[in-house]
Amino acid sequence: MDLSPTDAPDDATAAQALLICEHCDTVYHRRPLAKGEGAECARCGAVLERCRGMRANGLLALILTALVVFAQATLWPIVTLGLNGQYVDATLWDVIHTMWLDQSQVVAVLAALTLFVFPLCKIFALGWLLLYARSGRRAPGFRPLMVAMHHLGPWTMSEVFVLGALVSIVKAHLYFDVLPDPGIYAYAGLMLLITVFAGVDLSRLWDETREESP
Amino acid sequence: MSTLPRATELGLIGCHVCGQVCRAVDEGDGVLACPRCGSSLHRRKPAVYARCWALLIAAFLMYVPANVLPIMRTASLGDIDDNTILSGVVELWVKGSPGLAVIVFCASIMVPMLKFLALSTLLITCRRGSNWARRQRAQLYRLVELIGYWSMLDVFVVALLTALVRFGYFSLVEPLPGVVFFGLTVVLTMFASMCFDPRLIWDGKEDSDD
Repeated sequence: MDLSPTDAPDDATAAQALLICEHCDTVYHRRPLAKGEGAECARCGAVLERCRGMRANGLLALILTALVVFAQATLWPIVTLGLNGQYVDATLWDVIHTMWLDQSQVVAVLAALTLFVFPLCKIFALGWLLLYARSGRRAPGFRPLMVAMHHLGPWTMSEVFVLGALVSIVKAHLYFDVLPDPGIYAYAGLMLLITVFAGVDLSRLWDETREESP
Repeated sequence: MSTLPRATELGLIGCHVCGQVCRAVDEGDGVLACPRCGSSLHRRKPAVYARCWALLIAAFLMYVPANVLPIMRTASLGDIDDNTILSGVVELWVKGSPGLAVIVFCASIMVPMLKFLALSTLLITCRRGSNWARRQRAQLYRLVELIGYWSMLDVFVVALLTALVRFGYFSLVEPLPGVVFFGLTVVLTMFASMCFDPRLIWDGKEDSDD
């Protein structure tokens, strides 16, 4: 079936009145959502859209918090192990560095990307976008940044690392004295913030912001 | 159910990246670009079967050594102990906490297995245009996408223990090749699930009973 040119959604406003489920290709008319509401696809059950309960200002504040907490989590030691009065602690960078030296460069690169580079890029990019989105504007570089954020998707793994740290602590606890360091608390905070941001539907920024000059 | 219109039927394309609704002008499906974000537009992701099978098979080839080879060596006072993924889980169950052992078992053994089984089931049924349990298969795919990256758990455990347990002759942990293969398995399965297009689940003939 083909649409005649008259009812074709060729202009931007008509196109924005429609919504296509990214999981099954079903077309819907977009309905305005109230705060905290979500729309679900009737065919496949995927979430179509979610309206976050928080404005750009609130999110920006959380992103700044995330940056501070992330810096602490990365720079401070995570745990200290003790054996016969000898103590060893490790930061994220020690973890990456030892894996590189121990013939596991692949793991070192994976850890550096998913635990440091990508999360940091995400925090900076989101902060930059939200800084302008507060007043409904699009930041310089809005398009490539939004595309990059989409592709970064599941490649930030700080929350997996936190669980890994817990497992390591339980394993090490059998043979060593384990002393928690500030880094592990920072990671706990970071995990909470990640949970908040997991509920944010970033693609709404496309609709909520306007180009500066046409 | 069958009254819900699909984008292909209406001559529309939803951008994979930004969700923009575009009118499919060209039937050639060549180099259409999204007017909003500039990404290339496809009705369906390109070469789904070839890419997905290739990545899945590559991941499986990595998965065998990842499970057979030890991932970590613990040396303490000259006593050397090599651990595989499974023996690590068993050790956690016996000596540490069974609860955590269950989590590690799920993340390291069940999740990769689930990914292999789920993605091959999806690929085979979609190729046949099957209309069997469509909604459930769609949910299965979303589950795979959601939990896929948690398999990195064991890799991070080995990395952290290696960095921490450095007591020279008294106690030392070293990573062994198994962990590299395991890391590669996780990355390849993640790429495989990203290459799959869940729209294919709904592409066969529409069923009447639903």
